[in-house]
Amino acid sequence: MSAPAGVVPGVAPGAGAEHRLGSIDQVPFGEGRAFDVAGEQVAVFRVRDGRVRALSAVCPHRGGPIADGQTDLEVVLCPLHLNAFELDTGCSRTGAAPLRSYAVRLEGDEIVLTV
Amino acid sequence: MTTLQQRPAASAEAAPRKRRLVVVGNGMAGARAVEEILARGGAEQFDITMFGDEPYGNYNRIMLSHVLAGEQSDDEIYLNSWEWYAENHIDLHAPVRVERIDRHAKVVITDEGETFAYDDLVLATGSRSFMPPMEGLHRSDGSLLPGVFAFRTIDDTRAMIAHATHDEHRRAVVIGGGLLGLEAARGLQTYGLDVTVVHSPSHLMNAQLGPEGGEILRQSMEALGIHVVCGNRATHAWGPDRVRGLRLKDGAEIECDLVVVAAGIRPNTEVALLSGLAVERAIVVDDQMRVLDEDDVYAVGECVQHRGEVYGLVAPLWEQAVVLADQVTGADPTAAYLGSRTATKLKVAGVEVASMGLTSPERETDEHIVFSEPRRGVFKSIVIRDDKIVGATLLGDSSKVAFLQQAFDRGLPLPEQRVELMFDLGGPSAEVGVAELDDDAQVCNCNGVSKGQICAVVKGGVKTVTGVMDATRAGKGCGSCKLLVRQVVEHAAGGAAEEDPSVHWYVPGIPLGKPALMAAIREQDLRSPSAVFAALAPGGAEDAKSKMGLASLLKMMWGADMVDEKDARFINDRVHANIQKDGTFSVVPQMRGGVTTPEQLRRIADVADKYAVPMVKLTGGQRIDLLGIKKEDLPAVWADLGMPSGYAYGKSMRTVKTCVGQEFCRFGTGDSTRLGVELETRLQGMESPAKMKLAVSGCPRNCAESLVKDVGIVAIEGGRWEIYVGGAAGAHIRKGDLLCTVDDAETAKLLTGRFLQYYRENALWLERTYAFVPRIGLDEVRAVVVDDRDGIAERLDAAVQEHAETHVDPWTEGRSPVEPGQFRTSLPLEVLPRVPAGRADELLGGAW
Repeated sequence: MSAPAGVVPGVAPGAGAEHRLGSIDQVPFGEGRAFDVAGEQVAVFRVRDGRVRALSAVCPHRGGPIADGQTDLEVVLCPLHLNAFELDTGCSRTGAAPLRSYAVRLEGDEIVLTV
Repeated sequence: MTTLQQRPAASAEAAPRKRRLVVVGNGMAGARAVEEILARGGAEQFDITMFGDEPYGNYNRIMLSHVLAGEQSDDEIYLNSWEWYAENHIDLHAPVRVERIDRHAKVVITDEGETFAYDDLVLATGSRSFMPPMEGLHRSDGSLLPGVFAFRTIDDTRAMIAHATHDEHRRAVVIGGGLLGLEAARGLQTYGLDVTVVHSPSHLMNAQLGPEGGEILRQSMEALGIHVVCGNRATHAWGPDRVRGLRLKDGAEIECDLVVVAAGIRPNTEVALLSGLAVERAIVVDDQMRVLDEDDVYAVGECVQHRGEVYGLVAPLWEQAVVLADQVTGADPTAAYLGSRTATKLKVAGVEVASMGLTSPERETDEHIVFSEPRRGVFKSIVIRDDKIVGATLLGDSSKVAFLQQAFDRGLPLPEQRVELMFDLGGPSAEVGVAELDDDAQVCNCNGVSKGQICAVVKGGVKTVTGVMDATRAGKGCGSCKLLVRQVVEHAAGGAAEEDPSVHWYVPGIPLGKPALMAAIREQDLRSPSAVFAALAPGGAEDAKSKMGLASLLKMMWGADMVDEKDARFINDRVHANIQKDGTFSVVPQMRGGVTTPEQLRRIADVADKYAVPMVKLTGGQRIDLLGIKKEDLPAVWADLGMPSGYAYGKSMRTVKTCVGQEFCRFGTGDSTRLGVELETRLQGMESPAKMKLAVSGCPRNCAESLVKDVGIVAIEGGRWEIYVGGAAGAHIRKGDLLCTVDDAETAKLLTGRFLQYYRENALWLERTYAFVPRIGLDEVRAVVVDDRDGIAERLDAAVQEHAETHVDPWTEGRSPVEPGQFRTSLPLEVLPRVPAGRADELLGGAW
């Protein structure tokens, strides 16, 4: 996990603070890893086409660890009961409540997430 | 002669004149046909005129027996009130009879001499009660002897009730032991009458039941206090003022005060005959419900003969009305009525009767399954031809009727054990037809999905079973409710769900069945899930739901040569442990054959202490489960245990359960523990389409529960071993099939591996052996695995041998992470585990 010193507050237009989570190499292709960002649990995914996406890390259904889920280019499946959530929006395709979606981008190989 | 009712030509130019639709008959068929026409925008196309010869709106004739029994008032059975006709601008003439049709002038002529012009005509004249020939039944003026009633109309029913409630009237005879007659008999009992049913055929309800069923129904009727005389008929009625008694063909006499004639119906065809329409047994119609050789005359209901059949039930009438409306309105010019497969499900005098198709076998090759329990009034008979239901009768217990009717209508595949057609044997119960289920009834008991939720998704446009399962997760738990989910979807979709082609694919994201998929993988030398998606998926798109199945298949095909991409693996397979509800993991070390040592137990105890494991529990597979291990602790836990993985997390060979066998047990006949340990050693970690649970029992007492395992082995006297396959005792219960009996443990080991390799190569993804074996058929499995018909035994055995030789224990290999963050926590702020610490102390009370 990124050290508190690595978190550089910045202001994105109309959003919260920017947080630097360290190298994208922490996240293998096609997988997710969980980060503690300003007290929030965030799952960051590195989609196989190179995109980076970030969703709330806790499944609204029964609290499953979203970062452990399997992904494709569109969705992540919660490992506990296989609810599907869209990586772009956090909306569920299986009737569950949505996950919060976070703005995230790469600067070089650094993950920059806005909370 | 009255004037022809026509509109002035001028108005036709001002606004296009509507066509004139005349419907002769205001019973259930006529009114239903009009409802269907209105539903297709018929009000804009037609001015509708209806004629009925009863002075009422439209009522539900089927409910008359409830009116007779006093369960419903006659107001309650109206389907369409006078207001309905007014609201829909239908010009109803009742009571008015139509006497004749002039097809050339295109007018109908009523009994009052009025003429009404039509452009399209619908005949729905229905039928009337058949009065069997009987001396004294009619008076000289042709009317029925007072006290004798047909049972057809509201007026009949009212008069019958009035007569039955007369104080002096004590005995009644019902002529006819069909559905209507028995209902009448039961109804008359409510007025304190002593009732006898006289039925001329040899058994009751002979149209729906065979002789054995009829006999049991007779006993049920007698138990209700209804006397039954079969194979006899009334020949005389005597009065003179009102009916006083009947004489039967055999000379017996029954004194009675009331007679109900329910000896069948005859179609009302007089109008059609007089008007020169085609009439045989009834009015002859084609598949478009047009009267033969007429362009604009239709007929519907009990007055109709279609392809030689005349129906007396309501369901065919609904189907006919739909086709008629499609044709008359032009809504669907291709609509055709192809006849109905009649199935009846009813309560006759309080006894449930369901009947469809044949009542008894007709050919030598027909299967006939019969269950008879006269004491409870239960009788079940099913006739099967070419593995399809062609007839079924259920009496006294219609709990399985919903499935039987579907199987009958659609030719669904039948369970291998036919008895499951008649009784629920531990599987999911569908006791209530889905139509009758409340909206809040829970369909999926794992994920808590109600009928209402499923129906809402279907209404929202998802019409496939798989689509509904994805959207609601119904049927995605243990899977035992899948049939019920399918039924609810079909019900909500108005009969038939759309088929999702992906049900035939091995994984949903690649449009290939298993053999084609494996062939393509081999030909194109695809060794990783991402390579398979790129080469074979539409648009090369990967699919999260397909990854796990693909990775498993590739591992089976390529073994160590597979390119194992961690993201294609389910979390359990990435970290070699079973994820729990709080995101912690369970660790189950291998304990081959359920045999352990004090040294192993000490290590396990030390690990439990060191990592403050909140719960230590024995599993059903004879191992020890350490629950509540944090993901980041997994490699250290494995290192401290120093034991191989027990694979309690994968779609793979799980465990071989054993009993202590002949070495210790005084009943043991074989060394079950040794065979179990050897099997587990050879097959450990073998990946497969679904998990595989094995057992070896040392004698037929079967303490290791071998009969309900994917492969179960039982030692029998004489040093021999029975091998059972396809058993289960989880969400689904199935006794395994005896594959073969072999002479030694080595052969048992060989055939177990060979069977499992055959299963690995041929089973669908997530298809357990309990489904695989019946799908393939035991004979086929035996031919390939035991008799080596296809000459592939050597190859199958070699694949098992290669697995055994190349298997690497993941807990040894996996102690140093193979990728970044493999064992990093995924819920970083949670204090895990959330399972209460000291759960065992809490459960056990601490004082032992």
